[in-house]
Amino acid sequence: MDLLYFRRRLTNALALVLSTLATLVGLAFLAWILWETLRQGLAALDLKLFTKITAYGDQGGLANAMVGSLIINFVGIAIATPIGVLAGTWLAEYANRTRLGETIRFLNDILLSAPSIVMGLFVYTIIVLPSTALTHGNTTFSGFAGGVALALIALPVIVRTTDEMLRLVPPTLREAALSLGVPQWKLTSQILLRAARSGIVTGVLLALARISGETAPLLFTAFGNNFMTFNPLDKMSSLPQVIYQYANDPGETMHALAWAGAFVVTLFVLLLSLASRLLFARKVSHD
Amino acid sequence: MTKDHIIKSYDSELARLTGEIVRMGELAAAQLEAAIDVVERRDDRAAQRVVANDDAIDALEQEISHDVVRLLALRAPMAGDLRNVFAALRIASDIERIGDYAANVAKRSIPLSMVAPVAPTSGLGLLARLAAAEVRDVLGAYARQDAEQGYQVWKRDAKLDEAYTGYFRQLLTYMMEDPRNITPCTHLLFMAKNIERIGDHATNIAENLWYQVYGEPLAKQRDNRDLTSNPDMPRLGG
Amino acid sequence: MTNAAALALAPSMAPPEAEPKLKVRDLNFHYDGFHALKNIGMDIPEKQVTAIIGPSGCGKSTLLRIFNRIYAIYPKLKATGSIELDGENILDPRYSLNRLRSKVGMVFQKPVPFPMTIFENVAYGIRHHERLSKAEMEARVEQALRGGALWDEVKDKLKQNALGLSGGQQQRLCIARAIALKPEVLLLDEPTSALDPIATGRIEQLIEELKSQFTIVIVTHNMQQAARVSDRTAFMYLGELVEYDETEKIFTKPGKKQTEDYITGRFG
Repeated sequence: MDLLYFRRRLTNALALVLSTLATLVGLAFLAWILWETLRQGLAALDLKLFTKITAYGDQGGLANAMVGSLIINFVGIAIATPIGVLAGTWLAEYANRTRLGETIRFLNDILLSAPSIVMGLFVYTIIVLPSTALTHGNTTFSGFAGGVALALIALPVIVRTTDEMLRLVPPTLREAALSLGVPQWKLTSQILLRAARSGIVTGVLLALARISGETAPLLFTAFGNNFMTFNPLDKMSSLPQVIYQYANDPGETMHALAWAGAFVVTLFVLLLSLASRLLFARKVSHD
Repeated sequence: MTKDHIIKSYDSELARLTGEIVRMGELAAAQLEAAIDVVERRDDRAAQRVVANDDAIDALEQEISHDVVRLLALRAPMAGDLRNVFAALRIASDIERIGDYAANVAKRSIPLSMVAPVAPTSGLGLLARLAAAEVRDVLGAYARQDAEQGYQVWKRDAKLDEAYTGYFRQLLTYMMEDPRNITPCTHLLFMAKNIERIGDHATNIAENLWYQVYGEPLAKQRDNRDLTSNPDMPRLGG
Repeated sequence: MTNAAALALAPSMAPPEAEPKLKVRDLNFHYDGFHALKNIGMDIPEKQVTAIIGPSGCGKSTLLRIFNRIYAIYPKLKATGSIELDGENILDPRYSLNRLRSKVGMVFQKPVPFPMTIFENVAYGIRHHERLSKAEMEARVEQALRGGALWDEVKDKLKQNALGLSGGQQQRLCIARAIALKPEVLLLDEPTSALDPIATGRIEQLIEELKSQFTIVIVTHNMQQAARVSDRTAFMYLGELVEYDETEKIFTKPGKKQTEDYITGRFG
């Protein structure tokens, strides 16, 4: 009996040690990444980073890339959010439990894990190339095209979260509203979306975090630009793309700039994640 | 009542209640028989014992009341179970009264044994045996949940009432014949009345059993054959 | 069994004397090939409380949900037969859902306030059916909250989110929200199963007060509750209406053995 008890305790202790170790290994890498990014980026982290543009090379900053990133991400989210929320609403409220709905939900899940370079090439094919023809041979990479590519990445995330969040709304809330004679459209727009609001906003923030680190889809769409531009129809640079470019450069200063850019992106994503956490936590405690 | 309750202890509690009633009824019937025995044997010692034994019946009634309250509070019985518990409470109080009357008969046998024996004493035994048979039969019917059998007992009580009326007339005649008979005959009269009341309680038990089984009162009007309260009867000293 | 006993156990399904508020005839309901309700026929009297009891899956909630056709929000469900509300068949597709739901209100098992203020919760439904001035609306909301026995507790916090109320208060808010539309029939689907005994007692007291104005149909798992609040009780089993009678009769002398077994706890 005692032996059995001892063996159980031993197994328990072993499992505890192993799982703690695994967690520590995972966390260690994360901390290491954050630390390295901070340490390496710190060298180039000064005011110049936010005021000068990339045209100055190792004497410059990342101002145009930051502005570009903000604009491209904004365009991406601005396109993906309304479409994603509406599509998610349709899936959850109108096509739930239908064959068509299930098929679309499945396809959306595939899109969710599609390689981002594919999105870039796709947008290159449907926007960049046709507009090249329209403008008589000038290749028309643009921030807008980059935004569309990012929107395509953000879209399935938003569709999925909207769908999930709406389906988490208790069915009795629907029934309660319908039993008052309220029509479906009022129910959806005034009650269900309101009940799922914080969840949906969280989804949008997570989608934003996801796209703000994307490089591949921007290479064939926004292309990059060493000068400051606010025109989304122009070639536009972005942080991940500049990081990619500088990291490939042999110059040490360029590397430091790339690290600083990486640090800014990481910080941005971290803050977005924290914001979405806070939002969601508030919603859960409400129930 | 073919199926058991989902909660097994509920079944055993109800069975215990029924068992207590049956036991209490047997005690009461035995008391009645013992009482009439002491009357016939003029044994005042034994009469004291019968009177004292009534405490056991009262204690059982207390126990049943307690069990009924417990069942009502903890099991919240419904439908058949509710009628079962309700009937048990009422039947217990009927049996308790039967025990009291039996003890009364025994108690009156003590002064009766102090005076010279009178002829009509033997008539009381017949009444008592009719009443005891009613009590035993109605409790047998209760133990088997046989309301029809209970109804037969209920009908049979008319015979006891008739016998009582006849005995009443007989006692009146004796008293009018010789005033010295008045004291013993008055005792006998009260004892007879007690025994007649025992029969009435037996019919109450039959009625409660009927309600328990069918959920409605035994509606058929009981034909009252007790004619002693009829104004046409000769009056005492008249 | 003797004749007398057979007579005593004869089912008495006689309809109540006054013209019933709801008349259910030959009602059948299928979903996913499952015959959920089988030839239900019952008359629900006006301004009384009718309780529907039975084990899980017996169809009692399904039946309740047909009275306001809330089942229609799920595809592939079909009810046949008729349910007449004041003589008109509500199962007829021509009977407008809007009209039906303004006449038949419903309260659900879990309290589900809308994610808005207490005031808006009550006003929301009214606004869909009627155009009222601000003052009229305020009076109407107060009236409904009083009717739901909640006014005194919330009158100072009408602008607060309804999700901040306790479970019992939320359920009374849901009742207030339903009666704010001035329905004729009020359907209660296990309204207290998520509440503690005190909150349950308040709701039961409220049901007693409301029955002078509304015809109430309540589905409940709690037999004692059915016994406490209802005038008539229906017992359902496996999609069939086994017995429907005065509550007192069902709980002291049910006519069917199945009913007796269920209410005395002999099911299994």
